[in-house]
Amino acid sequence: MTWLKTGLALLAFAVFSFQLISYGVAEQPYDPYAEQPLKNPAQENQAQDLMHTLRCLVCQGQSIADSNAAMAADMRAIVRHDIEKGWSPEQVRRWFIDRYGDWVSYKPTWSKRSWPLWILPLVILSGGIFLITRLFKREEKP
Amino acid sequence: MKPWLKWLPLVAFALCFVLFRLALSHPENPVVPSKQIGKPLPEFHLPAALPDMAGVETRQMKDGKPHFLNIFASWCVPCAQESGALMAMHDAGIPIMAIAIRDKPADITRFLNRYGNPYQAIGVDQGSQVQLAIGSSGVPESFLIDGQGVIRYQHIGAVTESDLPQLMTIWRQITA
Amino acid sequence: MIAESGLIFLWLAAMMALLQSLFGISVLNNRLENLFSGAVKITAIIQAALALAAFAMLLWLFMRVDLSVMLVAENDHWAKPMLYRLAASWGNHEGSMLLWVTILSFCGALLALFSGKSDQKLLSLALGSQAFLALGFFAFLLFVSNPFTRLNPPASEGLGLNPLLQDPGLAFHPPTLYLGYVGLSVAFSFAVAALLTGKADRDFAKSMRVWVLGAWVFLTIGITAGSYWAYYELGWGGFWFWDPVENAALMPWLAATALFHSVSVLAKRDALRVWTLVLAVTAFSMSMIGTFLVRSGILVSVHAFAVDPWRGSFILGLLGLYIGGALALFALKIGKIHQGNHFVLPSREAGLVLNNLFLGVILAIVLIGTLYPLLAELISGEKLSVGAPYFNLIITPLALLLCVLMPLGALLRWKQDNWMTLKWPIQISAYFFIIIEYALYLKGKWATAPMASLAFGVAVAVAVLCIWPLFLQKKKLWRIRLNVWGMVLAHLGIAVTLCGIASTELFSKELLTALKPGQQANMGSWRVHFDRVMPDMGSDWTAIVSDIRVERWGHSFTLHPALRHFTNPVTDTSETALKTTEAGQLYLVLGQQADDGRWQIRGWWKPLVTFIWGGGFLTAFGGILILLDRLWEHLQKRRRKSRPDERQRLFL
Repeated sequence: MTWLKTGLALLAFAVFSFQLISYGVAEQPYDPYAEQPLKNPAQENQAQDLMHTLRCLVCQGQSIADSNAAMAADMRAIVRHDIEKGWSPEQVRRWFIDRYGDWVSYKPTWSKRSWPLWILPLVILSGGIFLITRLFKREEKP
Repeated sequence: MKPWLKWLPLVAFALCFVLFRLALSHPENPVVPSKQIGKPLPEFHLPAALPDMAGVETRQMKDGKPHFLNIFASWCVPCAQESGALMAMHDAGIPIMAIAIRDKPADITRFLNRYGNPYQAIGVDQGSQVQLAIGSSGVPESFLIDGQGVIRYQHIGAVTESDLPQLMTIWRQITA
Repeated sequence: MIAESGLIFLWLAAMMALLQSLFGISVLNNRLENLFSGAVKITAIIQAALALAAFAMLLWLFMRVDLSVMLVAENDHWAKPMLYRLAASWGNHEGSMLLWVTILSFCGALLALFSGKSDQKLLSLALGSQAFLALGFFAFLLFVSNPFTRLNPPASEGLGLNPLLQDPGLAFHPPTLYLGYVGLSVAFSFAVAALLTGKADRDFAKSMRVWVLGAWVFLTIGITAGSYWAYYELGWGGFWFWDPVENAALMPWLAATALFHSVSVLAKRDALRVWTLVLAVTAFSMSMIGTFLVRSGILVSVHAFAVDPWRGSFILGLLGLYIGGALALFALKIGKIHQGNHFVLPSREAGLVLNNLFLGVILAIVLIGTLYPLLAELISGEKLSVGAPYFNLIITPLALLLCVLMPLGALLRWKQDNWMTLKWPIQISAYFFIIIEYALYLKGKWATAPMASLAFGVAVAVAVLCIWPLFLQKKKLWRIRLNVWGMVLAHLGIAVTLCGIASTELFSKELLTALKPGQQANMGSWRVHFDRVMPDMGSDWTAIVSDIRVERWGHSFTLHPALRHFTNPVTDTSETALKTTEAGQLYLVLGQQADDGRWQIRGWWKPLVTFIWGGGFLTAFGGILILLDRLWEHLQKRRRKSRPDERQRLFL
C-alpha cells in the first residue's frame, strides 16, 4: 500500500502546488521589501519594532509583522521604504494614523481621547498605596 | 473602613456593566474609514493595466471636473457585484477611473469581458501603495474626487443599486 | 436517542440546581439548618452526576459522529482521529459552555464530599450559592445554546474541527483552563456564604485555601500551555500578544494569585479579611467577564469565536445578577466584618500585602487596557487600539518590581521580623545583579534593549533570592517540608520565566529570506541549508514538507517546516518546525513560493526561550507540591483522630 500512499501524496502535491500558484497571483507580494529585510540592520530593527505596533487592516487582530495577509505585506513594504528613506518610526506611524486614524496603531498616543489610559494606572497605583498604608498605620498607635 | 469605600467595587462593576451593555447594542463596526476625506489626492502615476486603455494619474483628476475613483480587483468576489451599479453610473455620464489592486492584465480582461467595462481608465497598483496612501483598507471601495483633485467622499464595500441615489446626490453637490 | 437523553439530563440537573439553591438558602433560618444541611449535599452530588451524564452524552455523540445533531455536524468529521473528535466537542460554543457548567457542578460535588470538617452552615450556604451559579448557566444552555439540537434532515458530512486547534496539547487546553476558571467559583461561593453569615475567620480561610490553590494550578498550566501553543502554531515566534482573549485568561490568574496569598495571610494571621472577600468575588468575576468577552465577541481578537449578540445579552444578564449581587451583598454586609489584625514592618504578611498591591494594580491595568477601546469608540465614535506596546510599557516596570518583592516576603517570618534577616540575601543577589548588568553593558545591550537588560539581571538576582529560604531552614534538603519546597519552586518558576523572556529579547537572531532548494543562508552563528521540498499527506490533509538543515559548531539538525492544506474545513496552515537544544530553540517557518521558484523562509534562534514555559510549569508544580503537603497533613490528622483509643492508652 506504500506505493498508493506515495502516489496519492504526489497527486495531492500537484493539486496543492497548483492551488498555491493560483493563490500566488493575488497573494504574492509585489514589493520585495514586504518580506526581505533592509540592508542596514539598525534600520531593519527600527522597521521590525514599528511593524509589531501597526495593526493589519484586513485581519483586525494582528500586527502587520504577524499577518500573512497581502495588504499587511504591502504595509510592511511601505514601512521599510520609509525607514530606508530616513524617516523616523514615529513619522511613519503618523503617516498611517493620518490615513486610518488611531485605530491603526497598537500604541496609543497622548491625545484628547487616550490620556486616561496613561493617567489611570498612576491613579490606581497611588490609590492602592494609600489603602495599604492605612493597614500599617493603626498598629503604631494601638 | 470609610462607608463610601465599600460601595466602590459595586460602582466599578456597574460601570463595566453599562459599558458592556452599550457595546452589545452597538456591535463593533469592522469598517475603518479613511482620514483623507477633504484632503487632496497624493501625487501618483499608475501604469495602464491594459494595453488598450489609459493608466491613472493625479493630473487627470485635477482637470476641473469631478471623478469617480473605483478601487477593485479581478480576484475580489464582491467586486463583481458592483458591475450593474457602475454601469448605470457610466451610462449617466460619470467618468469612472479605476485602480486595480495586485492584478494581472489577463485576469482583468477576463473580468471586464464577463461583467462589462464601465471604466474610462484603469491603473494597476501592484503594491497597494496608492490605495494605502488614500486610506482605503480593502476592495472594493470608491472615492468621489472633486475638480481640484480633493477627496470628497468614501464608499466602503460594493456599490449597489440602492447606493446610487445617495452617491448621485453627493455627485451633484460636488459638481455644483 | 442519545441527544434526547442528554437534554433530559441537562433539564434534571437544572432542577437539582434549583432545589439545591433553595435548600442552601433555607439554612439561614436556624430551625431549618439541621434539616437541610444534609439534603443540600445530596442534591449537589446528584446535580453533578446529571451534568456529567449530559456531558458524557455529548462526548458519545461526537465519538459516533452523529450528523443528525447540529453541533456535531458543524464541528466533527469522521476522518478525524478520535482525540480530535473528543476535542471538537468542547472546541465550539455550546460544547464549551456545557463543559463549563459541568465543571461548575462537579466542583460543587467535590465540595460537598470532601469538606467534612468545615463549618456546616458556611458549607451549606456555599453549596447553595454554587447551585445558584450553576442554575443560571444551565438556563443559558437550555434556552439559548442547546448543544443537543437535532438537524433535520441530517447532514451528509461534518465540517470538522478548526485545523489550528488540531494539536494534542491544545485538545486539553480548554478543559484545563476551565478547571481553573470555574474552580474559582468555589472561592466565590465561600465568600458569598461568609458575607451571609457575617463570619470571615481563619477557619473560613482554611476551607477556601485549597480550592484557590487548585484552581490557580490549573490556570497556570492552562495559560502556559496556551502560550506555547500560540508560539508554535501561529507561526510568528511570539509567545504573548496581549490579545483580548489572552487578557481574559490572564486576569483571573492575576486575581487568583493575589487571592491565594491574601487567603494565606487570613488563615495564618487572621488579617486582610475584607480584602480577601473582595478578591474572592473578583477572581471568579474575572472568569465570568472573561467568558463574556470571549463569547459575546464584543472585542476583536485573533482567536476567532462564534459570535451571537443574543447569547451575549444572556451572559451579561447572568454577570449582572451574580457579580452585581455579590458586590451589593458585600457593600451591605461588610460593615459587620472586622478588618482583622494589622501589620508591622518587616513581616511576611507585610510582604504579601505589597505583592497583592502590585498584582491588583496590574490586574486593573490589564482590565482598563482591554476595555478602553470599547469605551473610546462609544464616547467618540472613533476607533482606537490598545495593544502590546502599551501593556509592555506600563506593566513591565510594575512586574519587575513585583518580581523583586516576591522572594523578600518569603524570606521574612510571620508577625514580626528584623530587617537584618534580609541583609545577606540582598547583598549576595545584588552582586549577581551587578556582574550581569556589567557584562550586558560591555556587550552593548544597554544601548539597544535597556528594559530587557534590566530584566535579565533582575531575573537572576531574584532566582538567587527565591532559593534562599531553603538554606534558612537549616535542615537537610530532603527533610524540608513540601510546602516550603512548593513555595520556593513556584517563585523560582516566575524568575525562570522572566529570564526566558529577557533572554529572547536580548539574544534572539532572526532570519528572513527567500531561497531556492540547494541555497544557503546565515542566521546568527547558524548556517541554514535549504535542501528540498517534498509532498506528504495525512488522513485529512496534504502538505508540502521542506528539509532544512541547520548547523553550527559541528552540530547539525534537519528540520521540516511544512505547509499543510486541510480539506475539512478547507484551511491552509503553516506547520512550524522546532528544535530544542540545551542553549535554546531553533524555529523555522516555510512561507509561500514566489514566481521565481524561491520559497519564503523565516527562522529564529531563540536562546533560553523554553525557560518561559518551563518556568510556568515549574510554578504550577510548586503549587502542586503545596497541595500535596495539605493533603498529607489532612491524612495525618485523620489518622490521629481515627485511633483515639490508642492515644488514650498512650497518654493516660
